[in-house]
Amino acid sequence: MPRVATYTALTVLAAIYLLPIYVLIITGLKSFEEVNLYRMWDLPAAFSLETFARAWLGSESQGFRGLSNNFWNSVRLTVPATLLSALLGSINGYVLSKWKFRGADGLFMLLLFGMFIPYQSILIPLVQALRSIGLYGSIAGLIFAHVVYGIPITTLIFRNYYATVPGELVEAAKIDGAGIFGIYKSVMLPVSMPAFAVVMIWQFTSIWNDFLFGVIITPRPAVQPITVALNNLAGSYIVEWNVQMAGALLAALPTMLVYILLGRYFMRGLLAGSLKG
Amino acid sequence: MHDTVPTQVRTVQITRLARNGRWKMPTGDRLISLLLLAPSVVAIAVFVYGFIGFTGFASLTRWDSLVPDFSFVGMHNYVVLFSTTRFQIDLRNTVTFTVLFLVCCLSIGLSLALMLDRGIRGEGVFRSIFLFPLALSFIVTGVVWRWLLNPGSVQLGSTGINLLFDLLGLGFLKTGWYTDPRIGIKAVVIAATWQMSGYVMAMYLAGLRGIPEELREAAIVDGATGFQVYRHVILPLLHPITLGAIIILGHISLKIFDLVVAMTGPGPGFSSDVPAFFMFDTTFRGDNFSQGAGIAVIILIMVAVLIVPYLLYSLRAEAQP
Repeated sequence: MPRVATYTALTVLAAIYLLPIYVLIITGLKSFEEVNLYRMWDLPAAFSLETFARAWLGSESQGFRGLSNNFWNSVRLTVPATLLSALLGSINGYVLSKWKFRGADGLFMLLLFGMFIPYQSILIPLVQALRSIGLYGSIAGLIFAHVVYGIPITTLIFRNYYATVPGELVEAAKIDGAGIFGIYKSVMLPVSMPAFAVVMIWQFTSIWNDFLFGVIITPRPAVQPITVALNNLAGSYIVEWNVQMAGALLAALPTMLVYILLGRYFMRGLLAGSLKG
Repeated sequence: MHDTVPTQVRTVQITRLARNGRWKMPTGDRLISLLLLAPSVVAIAVFVYGFIGFTGFASLTRWDSLVPDFSFVGMHNYVVLFSTTRFQIDLRNTVTFTVLFLVCCLSIGLSLALMLDRGIRGEGVFRSIFLFPLALSFIVTGVVWRWLLNPGSVQLGSTGINLLFDLLGLGFLKTGWYTDPRIGIKAVVIAATWQMSGYVMAMYLAGLRGIPEELREAAIVDGATGFQVYRHVILPLLHPITLGAIIILGHISLKIFDLVVAMTGPGPGFSSDVPAFFMFDTTFRGDNFSQGAGIAVIILIMVAVLIVPYLLYSLRAEAQP
């Protein structure tokens, strides 16, 4: 296929892929008077932030809450959960790659299966368990769930990454008298930054974008993460469609920014999880 | 003396037999390594396997209200499920969705990868655009596409994609999208493909980049045309990637939930309902926990059929020297 044809095809496809983002952005930027469902594709005559303000702050008169509170809930959830699950993954990956034992690989496979299970199969007992330890309905409970179910993917990425660290380095450190923690500190940690970047960006995106755990574990609107709040907003009959779109953009902003600025690491996380086997 | 010390990490047996043949407890660093791993192992054992067991058990009980009732009813819930119209539609929707989703994502992803592999200018920009939707939540995607595929009304006019068709003179392509029970879940396929095809593209691109240039050159030297090089050299080498993509996308499509919630809900006549939604509905809205558990087990079995063989195959492939 000649190059011109390739360029043309790619440009057309890129335009198609950007259509939803285009609508998302221009709808949020239109003033109330301009918003018209039947003129969806028209560019705004003038930029206005009142739609975003309405989505962020809510409306007393119309009786719906804005997303600002839930945005911060998501931050309170995603940051600690990401850090914790990255740390856990690093330790597990270290042990499974440098301190192997018989059956370590089989154990790893059993761990990995946890990455693929449909969460429907654990929701009912999860709710019961969280209730019994008093974490149900709280951000802490959400953090707990995400950290536990994030173990497989974070362990996978770190284990595969640490497997590329030459055994000689570990042996050399052992000869120098380093124990298990010493080796981690002097051999593993210094080279871990890329792996931490990949894992944290992947977990940040997954946890921020999660809906299922959010809607099950935190039924109270005040505690819900932004994805759940957005869905409630979008399902409400009294909220105009442009406010819904503005809300969607607000909810998407953090992961969009992470992707735009740190897309390289995002890609690596993608491919790490695809188990090229 | 370190001449026998291995220069590569090797698996070391933790079960050292003491002279009297009994298992000797690991000590020192080896013990610490196991202790470091233990919390995660326990967590997965309980929260994955234990919970799956509980769910399976619950599916065999008569727990259909907020007060747990664990009296055993055998396969009753499953019999009821498979004779429920809604669930039958769900299963059909799952098959439709999975097949369409896989076909679309694989073909679009591969086409994009093949086009981008030609070393064109601006490749990075194109790649970023196609991968971008992956960074979004299914809820965001669902909200946006719900409005994009909102057909509008006869009285007030078209909106969304229908409006775009009108503006481009393609008005004959207008449909009712998810409001049309004959289309239903297929509208959701469009949104899902938009979101995930970039992922397939990335996988294929990585695979294409891994094919040595010499192979292509050798084929050309042997007289193959460009098209033949693709067909007989490159595409066969991509089969493992296709398999991986099918596994990943397949298991996502079997448990699709968020997107349906935000975009269409169950739809007219359950035309966009899916098992995961039914499970949520019946368990957390209808308090029928044992039925929900039954649906969950069925979804799990569907996913396991896909994933377990692949995991075993990976395990064996990794174990080879």
